[in-house]
Amino acid sequence: MEWIALGTLEDIPAGGGRYVDTLAGQIAVLRNEKDEVFAVSNQCPHRGGPLSEGFVSGNRVFCPLHNWQIDLEKGEAVAPDSGCVKRFPIRREGDEIWLGLEEMTR
Amino acid sequence: MHSLTTVSPKPRLVVVGNGMAGIRAVEELLKMAPDLYDISVFGAEPHPNYNRILLTPVLAGEMSLEETILNPLDWYAEHGIQLYTGNPVTQIDRVKRQIVTADGTTTPYDRLLLATGAAAAIAPVPGNHLSGVLSYRDMADVEALTRSSALGGQAVVIGGGLLGLEVAHGLRARGMEVTVIHRRAWPLDKQLDQRGGVLLQKAMEARGVRFLLGKETAEILGTQHVTGLRFTDGSEIPADVLVMTIGIKPRIELAQAAGLQCETGILVNDTLQTYDPRIYAVGECVQHRGQTYGLVAPLFEQAKVAANHLAEYGRMLYQGSVTSTKLKVTGIELFSAGNFMGGEDYEEVTLLDGSQGVYKKVILQENKVVGGLLYGDTSIGPWLFQLMRDGTDVSAFRDNIVFGETHLGDSGHAGENQASRLPDNAEICGCNGIAKGSIVKAIREQGLFTLDDVRKCTKASASCGSCTGLVEQLLASTLGGFYDSTPKKKALCACTDLSHQELRDAIIAEKLFSVRQVFDYLDWRHPGGCSTCRPAVNYYVRTAWPAHGLDDPQSRFINERAHANIQKDGTYSVIPRIYGGVTSPAELKRIAEVAERHHVPMVKFTGGQRLDLLGVKKEALPQIWAELDMPSGHAYGKALRTVKSCVGSEFCRFGVQDSTRLAIELEKSLERMWAPHKVKLAASGCPRNCAESTIKDVGVIGVDSGWEIYVGGNGGMKVRAADLLCKVKTHAEVLEMAKAFLQMYREDAQYLERTAPWVERIGLEQIKATIVDDANTRKALAERLDFALSQEKDPWKEAVSGRLDIHAAPMRRIPV
Ligand SMILES: Cc1cc2nc3c(=O)[nH]c(=O)nc-3n(C[C@H](O)[C@H](O)[C@H](O)COP(=O)(O)OP(=O)(O)OC[C@H]3O[C@@H](n4cnc5c(N)ncnc54)[C@H](O)[C@@H]3O)c2cc1C
Ligand code: FES
Repeated sequence: MEWIALGTLEDIPAGGGRYVDTLAGQIAVLRNEKDEVFAVSNQCPHRGGPLSEGFVSGNRVFCPLHNWQIDLEKGEAVAPDSGCVKRFPIRREGDEIWLGLEEMTR
Repeated sequence: MHSLTTVSPKPRLVVVGNGMAGIRAVEELLKMAPDLYDISVFGAEPHPNYNRILLTPVLAGEMSLEETILNPLDWYAEHGIQLYTGNPVTQIDRVKRQIVTADGTTTPYDRLLLATGAAAAIAPVPGNHLSGVLSYRDMADVEALTRSSALGGQAVVIGGGLLGLEVAHGLRARGMEVTVIHRRAWPLDKQLDQRGGVLLQKAMEARGVRFLLGKETAEILGTQHVTGLRFTDGSEIPADVLVMTIGIKPRIELAQAAGLQCETGILVNDTLQTYDPRIYAVGECVQHRGQTYGLVAPLFEQAKVAANHLAEYGRMLYQGSVTSTKLKVTGIELFSAGNFMGGEDYEEVTLLDGSQGVYKKVILQENKVVGGLLYGDTSIGPWLFQLMRDGTDVSAFRDNIVFGETHLGDSGHAGENQASRLPDNAEICGCNGIAKGSIVKAIREQGLFTLDDVRKCTKASASCGSCTGLVEQLLASTLGGFYDSTPKKKALCACTDLSHQELRDAIIAEKLFSVRQVFDYLDWRHPGGCSTCRPAVNYYVRTAWPAHGLDDPQSRFINERAHANIQKDGTYSVIPRIYGGVTSPAELKRIAEVAERHHVPMVKFTGGQRLDLLGVKKEALPQIWAELDMPSGHAYGKALRTVKSCVGSEFCRFGVQDSTRLAIELEKSLERMWAPHKVKLAASGCPRNCAESTIKDVGVIGVDSGWEIYVGGNGGMKVRAADLLCKVKTHAEVLEMAKAFLQMYREDAQYLERTAPWVERIGLEQIKATIVDDANTRKALAERLDFALSQEKDPWKEAVSGRLDIHAAPMRRIPV
């Protein structure tokens, strides 16, 4: 696991997200109203919608394409829909945000 | 190569039959493998898939056709499905692997799904071709029955089964005299024993439906139109309308002609595959292990299995279904399942309470439930059905079984809340096979508050509706005090109890200037809101406080935040504003050059006479806007879209008014206007109405003496012709009237309500009174809109200049 500096909390809009480009595809970095930050692969399990463009609320993100809800703690779509997204670890040092990646993704 | 081999990157799935089973299979398929196929659906009926089960409420006038639509046209478009309605398939060519439709076109397939359903069986008696002899199967039948019943008179229904009783109920509700003819001694003999049948007959008679039992039809009388019928015993009765509901016949002609093995239905194996491995079949047209089905629950199970195999998962098997029936005649409760007649080797437990009209009978064999029927009180139905399917040993409580589970041990709450006592795996919705556990979980985890929410999220109670009572009980027991089954108002979403109007009032009264303040001050249940309330609240804040209200981009839909339309592949489309659709060679050149430089994959004219650059990556948006150097066309927003125009008097030999100039003036004075929903305008220069002004939110038509202004029109899925608001003389008057109308709409309509339903909801009269008859209010409204618009800047310019960050670029690239 390698930790990569992404920037600061300010770079991510509250209640929304940004994306990070990696060789293995995009990762969504999402911030909720309590300033908690989550990172998941930026592909909705439904039809690949970019989760970085969704509404983030509590531990959920609402996909911008067809409104599936994804539980960011479990990395799973909320029933009745089903499907998974890969989660990535986030580390916070003050306002700085670090993303943990396996070798593969880099 | 021949023409057949059109190059297609994906295998093609063709679905024949746009009905309940076929489309359910497509839905299940999309869930598992959304991008596997290019899907085309052919339907003989002119409608998108609707809920056939609800024909009777439509016939009885309790529901509209629109309310029965399960998959609106948008759904097909959204999933990239080519839909051909009103175009029956006439031939399957299995060698060339293509189908032929009534209009002569051929479509190739790699996989074919047959879901042609069934047709009403017609009795082979003389006179069955006469006009006025109808069947009861689809929307066209309902329309024909509605027309015939408008004249009143005598309706005769041949066949006292489920459909016969439903149609009798519907025609009675339309005011006809109705007689049901049935050849057996009691109605519904396939679902009821004699005792139950007699109770049912009495209840229907009390509703004004007559029965003639033990009668066999010999001939339908009449020369052109039906006048009556004669029975085998020689007696006759008069009839103005005759409906035949003697059974259904699987529609197998197409499959048969193609050489697929058929008996009563199209033969399929446990994977719903026909004898041709490329061809699957589901629904009422199918015969599986000797059985055909006429209820949706088994068909939905078939759909799931067929989809699993089409998705190439290849895991599930269909092994036949156990079915139960309910009758949907308002006020009559009936449930029946399995063997309800009993017989020598069976035991029976019955309860008959004639005074209450309650009759229950449970058939047991070796201490297991094998069937039952419930009349008058069906509350124990799901439980009984569960016992039957599970093969539970009931010896411990067999004597009390007719009282239901609540009676076992604790009699204190008997009957009060059946649902809360059912086990989690008890099936609540028979049509969709939804268990209690999943409904309760959905209510809890997704914050569902209304029956509608539950229907949307779980599909429970969304088909025939007879489990509605149970679902309501589950809502009540899960939500405790929150659930009010007769809501006087509709809460905006599960985050609040406030209605749209209460929320708007609160924003003004409490001076709430941002979404954050609204959520905090009004005690939002989820402090981050949801995808329903965030955009609505943001809109209400901005309309209430055009100068001070904070516009929160994170509370706007992605399109409005990126100022471009997101496409299904995550790219965006860019539509610059071209006022009134009038452009210039220089502007066209610039657009062409930008498109070329950025390798824009598709350039297209929109329906609203604008140019659309499709397939742009988010990162490239600001650069493209900068190079275009044109204002945003707001084609992505709940906002003023376009003002469409015809050529008008300047060039057109018919034109009486200068429609292009007016269109440009309108678009210039309304651009950047956010609204509850998208707003489209049009200006036509003469009554030929080439700009289609009468299906626009605001449309104007030039006449000799000035302009007619129309409002509340809509094209698209729910077509509505606009209402004439008024006639005015000058362009300035048109502008003021249009502004006043739109501001009234902005201030009054609910978020996501188009002008068409809004005009219908509040009534044209009130709108006329406010803005046509009252010059002061009109002026004030127009001024308020002008002020709001003066606060809006062009978002593309803002982004280009760096004052607006749409977060186009990634937060970071790894490796850098
Ligand atoms: C009035 C009424 C009430 C009902 N109530 C209930 C109920 O309470 N509970 C219950 O479970 N079931 C009920 N049913 C039965 C239920 O509606 C059917 O079981 C179900 O609709 C069958 O689905 P299907 O897809 O097989 O057929 P359908 O829904 O009939 O769909 C088949 C479609 O294929 C089209 N088609 C046929 N041939 C072609 C062709 N060659 N080319 C193109 N298109 C073609 C047909 O026009 C039709 O639209 C009711 C039915 C009726 C009529
Ligand atoms: S792609 Fe996310 S909901 Fe459809």
